[in-house]
Amino acid sequence: MSTATTSGRPRPPVDPAEVDLRVQLDDMILRNPIVTASGTFGSGQEIDRFFDVDRLGAVVVKSITVDPWPGLPTPRMAETASGMLNAVGMQNSGVERWLAVDYPWLRHHKVPIIASIAGRTPHEYRQVAEKLRGLEGIVGIEANISAPNPEAGGAMLATQPGPTHEAIATIIRVATVPVFAKLSPDVTDIVTIAHAAAEAGAAGVSVINTVLGMAIDTETRRPKLAAGFGGLSGPAIKPIAIRAVHQVHTALPDLPIIGMGGAATVEDVVEFMLAGASAVAIGTATFANPMAATEIIDGLPVWLAERGIRHARSLTGGLRV
Amino acid sequence: MSTTFSTKGGGPPFQGRASGPIRARCEVLQYRKIGQYHSLTFVSPEMADRAQPGMFVTIGVEGHSTVLRRPFSIYQVSRHGPWAGTVEIIFDVVGEGTRWLASRTKHDTVDIVGPLGTPFPLPKQNVGCLLVGQGYGAAPLLYLAGALQQRGFRADMIIGAADADGIFNAIEAKRLSATTILVTEDGSLGEEGNILDVMERHLALGRTGLVYASGPMPLLRDVSALSAQAGVPIRVAVEEAMACGTGVCLTCVLPVERKGAVYNLRSCLEGPVFNGAKVRWDAIGALPVHDVPERDEEPQ
Repeated sequence: MSTATTSGRPRPPVDPAEVDLRVQLDDMILRNPIVTASGTFGSGQEIDRFFDVDRLGAVVVKSITVDPWPGLPTPRMAETASGMLNAVGMQNSGVERWLAVDYPWLRHHKVPIIASIAGRTPHEYRQVAEKLRGLEGIVGIEANISAPNPEAGGAMLATQPGPTHEAIATIIRVATVPVFAKLSPDVTDIVTIAHAAAEAGAAGVSVINTVLGMAIDTETRRPKLAAGFGGLSGPAIKPIAIRAVHQVHTALPDLPIIGMGGAATVEDVVEFMLAGASAVAIGTATFANPMAATEIIDGLPVWLAERGIRHARSLTGGLRV
Repeated sequence: MSTTFSTKGGGPPFQGRASGPIRARCEVLQYRKIGQYHSLTFVSPEMADRAQPGMFVTIGVEGHSTVLRRPFSIYQVSRHGPWAGTVEIIFDVVGEGTRWLASRTKHDTVDIVGPLGTPFPLPKQNVGCLLVGQGYGAAPLLYLAGALQQRGFRADMIIGAADADGIFNAIEAKRLSATTILVTEDGSLGEEGNILDVMERHLALGRTGLVYASGPMPLLRDVSALSAQAGVPIRVAVEEAMACGTGVCLTCVLPVERKGAVYNLRSCLEGPVFNGAKVRWDAIGALPVHDVPERDEEPQ
């Protein structure tokens, strides 16, 4: 099988084994573009019961905060058409416990780690980043500045360029690895926010976090989530994510993007890369299928080989307009 | 690939490891109605080998806009005989996912992950077990009763429902237990009344050393309180809404006391079987607890 390429000429298929899946985002070189979306892959150990997590380009861990966070009351989840709402409230055991338990396990399994960090203030982000300085195996930091915070009516740092700049600049002063700013789609102009992050020194951006949403139980007339609002994820948000990645890549073509939001198949990953992503995170798809990420890692070279594409990275920004 | 194995005897492949949960497309061997409930038996020699009473599977719904798998506790597995290598689940139709599942027929295949979660711990000696179930919550207790019977342990059962149609498999319950008491709210089968009154009476006999319960959360809360009053240990299998079933989404957490502190534990990984005396029933959905789980250190 062969299809038209960007130059219009069909390319002969190649052997999938010859396909180079490696991608580079700033100083970060990943063995393949498939990573996990923060908060959808636990500590890594849960899904390692199903497949070797070292097959992944990287594990983006669940957001780490300086102190333990208990999270929000249940119900924390409501299924919606082609997606789900969640309001977990970043339940995690804090950075000390992460360093004592989860980090050694991930190191032992030799999978590159992108540490998602979160906090209430830029100072708290910095405190976590300080603890992660120079640690072997941590190839990047993802600053989660865009998790909807129901306690603050859905407020988040990444809704405005000023706080985005401040948070990223604060983290970068202490970080020893590339820092990616995770952006929210719930803004008037995501490019402005991406620009603020890049100006502050972000090595790249993760696009997008969940979309703020709500669902109501018509019998009880109460919100389906205890917190009221929650983050919408899954295939329902993929077109929003593709649009956001495309907008950021068009405005800032040199800024590496980790694309995410509803990616569940090889074609979804290709779509994100064509829009401008260099790597793609698999999130809610892992809930629906614990093997989702590993199946995509198997399928991607086959898809590329059938089309005579030797380098996965050549897809990035390949959208024809 | 290191993580895909073929079943014994060249059966269908599955994804997973040599132990623990797997994912497989499983053939439906039988669909049937049991009273008002639905039963689905599917082929998976690995899941049949690895399952224990209290554990569950999740099933992917196809052709719908639903993205999440549905969890079902395991009713029965067969490791020998003509049904060897099969797993049976019981469910009620509550939405479009279970409606789809109830329309599966013989030779259809379904996408199943399991077995997941923690099993009911079995007593080390014959202490006299009381199994309390409501509705189709009785199904995993019958699986447990079979395991207790195999070990020669005494099991008494109390099975309750709103009416006779809601009582799950009374005949099987009688076969697997020393005594079985059926309770219906309308008196259409067994005693008229509620499960708790019957349970209180049974506990007063003083021959119960351990209680197991399965059913809706309010029942588990009340049964746990009764057991605590009687000073009898209790293990419950909870039913909590979950997105992933594998421990990664943290949506199915329950406040549970451990070592003097309260932790948000996952119903799918640290559960679904919990010590009912340690679950903070009053704190579910009320407010976040202010401690987080101490996970056991993983062997390196």
